[in-house]
Formats: sequence, C-alpha cells, structure tokens
Amino acid sequence: MERKTKITAEDGRQELLITREFDLPLELLFKAYIEPDIVERWMGTKVLKLESKKHGSYQFETTDAQGNKYSFNGVIHEFSPNHKITRTFEMEHTPFGVQPEFHEFEPLVGDTSRLNMHVIYESVAHRDQVLKMGMAQGINMAHNRLQDIASKLK
Amino acid sequence: MESRRDIFQAIADPTRRAILTLLAVQALTPGAIAANFKSSRQTISKHIQILAECELLKPEQNGREIYYHINAKHMSEVADFIEPFLKMWDDRFDKLETLMKKHKTKE
Repeated sequence: MERKTKITAEDGRQELLITREFDLPLELLFKAYIEPDIVERWMGTKVLKLESKKHGSYQFETTDAQGNKYSFNGVIHEFSPNHKITRTFEMEHTPFGVQPEFHEFEPLVGDTSRLNMHVIYESVAHRDQVLKMGMAQGINMAHNRLQDIASKLK
Repeated sequence: MESRRDIFQAIADPTRRAILTLLAVQALTPGAIAANFKSSRQTISKHIQILAECELLKPEQNGREIYYHINAKHMSEVADFIEPFLKMWDDRFDKLETLMKKHKTKE
C-alpha cells in the first residue's frame, strides 16, 4: 500500500522528519492547524486551549477506549500564517520530554500543498522510545478496534 | 557464525509483538509477562526465548529475578518498528484531507 506520508528516522539521530503532500490548497491545510474544532476532528483529541500566535500555548486531552485520559501541551514560538508554526510538544506524565516541532507549509502547483514537520528529541534514546510507544499504540489501537467489533457481534 | 532465528519471523507472531509492546513500556520478569496472557507460562516462556535468541530482548539479573528489556539497538534495524507510527500519522493526515475537502465545498 502506497502511503502519502513519509517519515525519515535515521539511525542514531535524535530527530524525525515527517512530510506529506495534500490535495488541498495551502490556506485550507493551514486552517486545519488553527481552528480548534477542526483540529479536534482530525487529531482525534479534545482541544482545551489553542492560541495560534507567538507566545500562545495549547492544551489537548485525549481519552482512549478504556477511559484513560492523556494530556498534551506546548507553547507557540513562531506563528507565520500559511507559512510556518514553531512550537513545543509535551506528552504529560511520560518520560519522553519536551520536543520542539517545526511545521513548514508549502504551496505546490494546482491547489496542492506540502507539510514538512521536523521534530527534535532530547536524545536518540528519547526519539527511539517515542517510536517504540508508537508501535505499542498501533498494536493497542488494532486490539481496541477488534474488541469494538467483537462487542458488536455479541 | 552460528545461525540464528530470523528476526522478521520473530515479530510476525502476534503474541511476540504483544510481548514487545509490554516491554516497550517497562522491563518485566517472565512471570509478569505471562500474567498478561491467557496462554500457559510455558508457551510464553517459549516466545520469550525466541525473542531473546533474535536479540530483540535482553535479560538482566536483578537479585533472584530475571527482568527482560527491549534491545532497542536491534529493534531499530526492523522496518516494522516505525510502521505503526507512520500509519498513525498517515491516518490522521488522510482524515485532515477528507475533512478539509468537505470544508472547501461548503464555502
């Protein structure tokens, strides 16, 4: 299966590069990052606060199928409409630390656009831990979906 | 060099992937690992042994107990390692795209 999203994670580096081309004009892609109700829908999280401006901050809260709550927060350092958002990201109560994230929004030909997301971790070990957690979440999500389906079959 | 089990074969099994998931969060004793599964302790112990032979797990003696850790150095050589993380982002971005396309036609 061809995925439109690409992730570059070189061995022994403390960063990730996530890129994605969208069949959307730049303005609509950017809007999906700043309108709280839209962010809620595609990120699958509750937006408690989202101040899209320099020195602004944000707080998200996600609830899993078991009712466990996960909190995320960060500070916005650079906010340049339709161009760039630089912010920190922290998943609270985890050992993953605080990560600077650089989001660059690029216009492409014919009403398409690209997002370049550059994430930097405190250390190589922190980055690898987050990737491992991704593996754990991926497996758990698949498991939860199976449980949902199984419970509907009962 | 002595021939070893195939690392990809090791992670093809869902129980072994579930064991790796448990250990991604914290190191555990074989008993604590087995407590998470319905299978017998012997079955789980066999799975642990296969993962350890592939060097995906590292045993560490702590007093009378053996704790198993994930051997992250080796894990990074497995392409599957990043796959769920990639899938999570790809799914999110697919949703974003679908959502904003509808948004566009509404305006």
